[in-house]
Amino acid sequence: MVKRPNTRKIVAKSYLYLILFLMYLPILVLIVFSFTKSVELGVWTGFSLQLYKDLFANDSLMKAIGNTVLIAFVSAVVSTLLGTMGAVGTFYARRRYKKAVETATQLPVVNAEIVMALSLAVLFKSLNLSYTFWTLLIGHVVLTVAFVYLNVKPKLVQMDASIYEAALDLGATPWYALFKVVLPEILPGIFSGFLLSITLSLDDFVITQYLKEPSFETISTYIQKIVVKHPIPPEVRALSTILFLVVLGAVIAITVYNNKKATKVATMRRK
Amino acid sequence: MEKNDVILELINVNKSFDGSIVVENLNLSVQKGEFVTFLGPSGCGKTTTLRMIAGLEMPDSGQILLNGMDIAQLPPHKRPLNTVFQRYALFPHLDVYDNIAFGLKLKKVSYQTTNKQGNVITKTRKYTKDEIDAKVKKALKIVDLESFECRNVTTLSGGQQQRVAIARAIVNEPEILLLDEPLGALDLKMRKEMQLELKEMHKKLGITFIYVTHDQEEALTMSDRIVVIEDGVIQQIGTPLDIYNEPANAFVADFIGESNIYVGTMIGPQKVRFLGTTWDCVDDFEINEKVDVVVRPEDIIIHSPNEGKVKAKIVNKIFKGIHYQFTAMVGNNEVLIQSTVDHPVGQDISLTIEPDLIQIMKREYTANIYEDAYINKNNEVVFAGASWACDVTQLVEGATLDEKGYFITPNGKKYDLDDIDVIATIDMKDIEISDNLEEGNITGQIIQMVWKGDHYQLIIRTEDEEDFIVDTEWTWNESDTVSISIDSSKIKLKLKADLSKYEI
Repeated sequence: MVKRPNTRKIVAKSYLYLILFLMYLPILVLIVFSFTKSVELGVWTGFSLQLYKDLFANDSLMKAIGNTVLIAFVSAVVSTLLGTMGAVGTFYARRRYKKAVETATQLPVVNAEIVMALSLAVLFKSLNLSYTFWTLLIGHVVLTVAFVYLNVKPKLVQMDASIYEAALDLGATPWYALFKVVLPEILPGIFSGFLLSITLSLDDFVITQYLKEPSFETISTYIQKIVVKHPIPPEVRALSTILFLVVLGAVIAITVYNNKKATKVATMRRK
Repeated sequence: MEKNDVILELINVNKSFDGSIVVENLNLSVQKGEFVTFLGPSGCGKTTTLRMIAGLEMPDSGQILLNGMDIAQLPPHKRPLNTVFQRYALFPHLDVYDNIAFGLKLKKVSYQTTNKQGNVITKTRKYTKDEIDAKVKKALKIVDLESFECRNVTTLSGGQQQRVAIARAIVNEPEILLLDEPLGALDLKMRKEMQLELKEMHKKLGITFIYVTHDQEEALTMSDRIVVIEDGVIQQIGTPLDIYNEPANAFVADFIGESNIYVGTMIGPQKVRFLGTTWDCVDDFEINEKVDVVVRPEDIIIHSPNEGKVKAKIVNKIFKGIHYQFTAMVGNNEVLIQSTVDHPVGQDISLTIEPDLIQIMKREYTANIYEDAYINKNNEVVFAGASWACDVTQLVEGATLDEKGYFITPNGKKYDLDDIDVIATIDMKDIEISDNLEEGNITGQIIQMVWKGDHYQLIIRTEDEEDFIVDTEWTWNESDTVSISIDSSKIKLKLKADLSKYEI
């Protein structure tokens, strides 16, 4: 009688671990093979940090990394600004406008990226605009702004809507009330919207490919350009490892921070 | 009532949201230092009125005078008023101290100084840290929250949060403190305590309080004056005693305290007939006029069967702590009686009422009259956004309709009544309501319900804001949606336009 739930538990747990193992196995393999200098994939020729050295020596790849980070950061800042303003604006707007905006923001989320990329390309062409950093920026903002809106909105809904009015009532100007009262409440949403924007922009290929200046390469377009004619450059393995570890570090940091805050609030409540 | 004691005056204030009127032609003046309560059921416009005073809503028209200055279009941060919100609206990311200091940090005080030329000039400055500190400490003391300064507001109980909200408002020394159902979220015991504390605070601070509540007991306990609002219109303004003893109409009587409301008839000077007998009273109305009669349950005296003025039988009894509440029947009419003496259910009794405890009021509604009705081409009458089958031949005595529907008068003239203006009148008891929404000509929502001894008087409002007053014996609920139908023979029509213009 006692044994049955135990076996069940073991089966459930092993299934979970199996799934997790399968999910992370490819990344694990990649990380392992980033520490060998073999050009051929899947061949181990002894431990070496050569690929890391090559990575930092490869100027065009380093340039692509810089471009990727630049466009991700700038587009995330712009999207965060626009998305937050949009969310706050519609939250305090009349119900009719609210519904319209809400529906409009759903679309880019479910829309195929290729549709977005093509339509923007057609738009810029018909306006006789040549592709520059700015067209690419617009593309990335269009891609990510809806996600910022969707991250900020729940924070606004959770917030007591009358605190804005309370601040006005106490003598605050509308701007002061927005920055000192509403903003602190929705900051976590803005922050997660910002991070999501960066992530989406970092690994975007389709929109970038259509809207970039021909000489401007990001990591994904650079690799794509190479693999057309050559095998995948081995230093990309090192780059992928670094990217994965950076993201892993960020995720762990955010989780630890949130847990700490939750325990703090819980102990405060108990007092 | 000196004019210069008036701190706030509302003149012809109107407000509507999306076409539905929320506050209609509101006029009110508030004395300095007064405790005024806006009392009414939810959705009556009391909170909207308060928000217009605070500046959180702008009136569509009308003036709001603060010390004689029109502030109706002034934004809230420029008004020297502070509000205690319904759900406290504390700033969660600030601690108790910073919540209370929020307004002080923004405030500018004027002071006088001498400039280089030796002239005295007025400058403004912000409060210093020490000044803010002293004021916050004082406010915390007033609300009994000393030593709570550093607490996070989300960790406080409802009552404590309410105290912080009050401290945050009074620390700014507003000219008027506005309170929007501030005790609504507290439990009963806490609410009673806070009521007394607020009253005490009002006395100590000497600030004018404007308080919004739907709780009549709260209003009676705390206020110097009560403003009873229903459907965006002020029903009565008066002291708690006035409102209780001399309600202006059946709505006020029904809303404030328990009451018996009957339809009576004046049959002589200071004589009114209701409950099947004639009673002496102290009010004078025209003879034969129908009136509403209000008697409070505690003003009815129970006697043994033959000693009183009217016979009754006890049908129900509830023990309420300090008194018993009896329901007795006088014929078909229910009478609510409160007495400290116990009587068994089923006992025959008789009742008396002192003349000055019979409150007589003009009837607000005697029939449904639609002045803007007209006849359509099907010889139906159109009013209140629907067309109704009716008997158009009553417009002229002896008239008939021919087979094509033309109107023939006894002298043989022929008329096409299409579009002719008429006045339609329907007695309140002739309107049928049903919860089968397909059954009637139009649907509406019950917005008011008053028990009048042997029937309910309902007000049913359609989507186009047309009202039907209906007498019914059946019990409905407020905010029920019902359909309305009227028997064609019960619609009384009167010509409004000149019939000769419609001759063919």
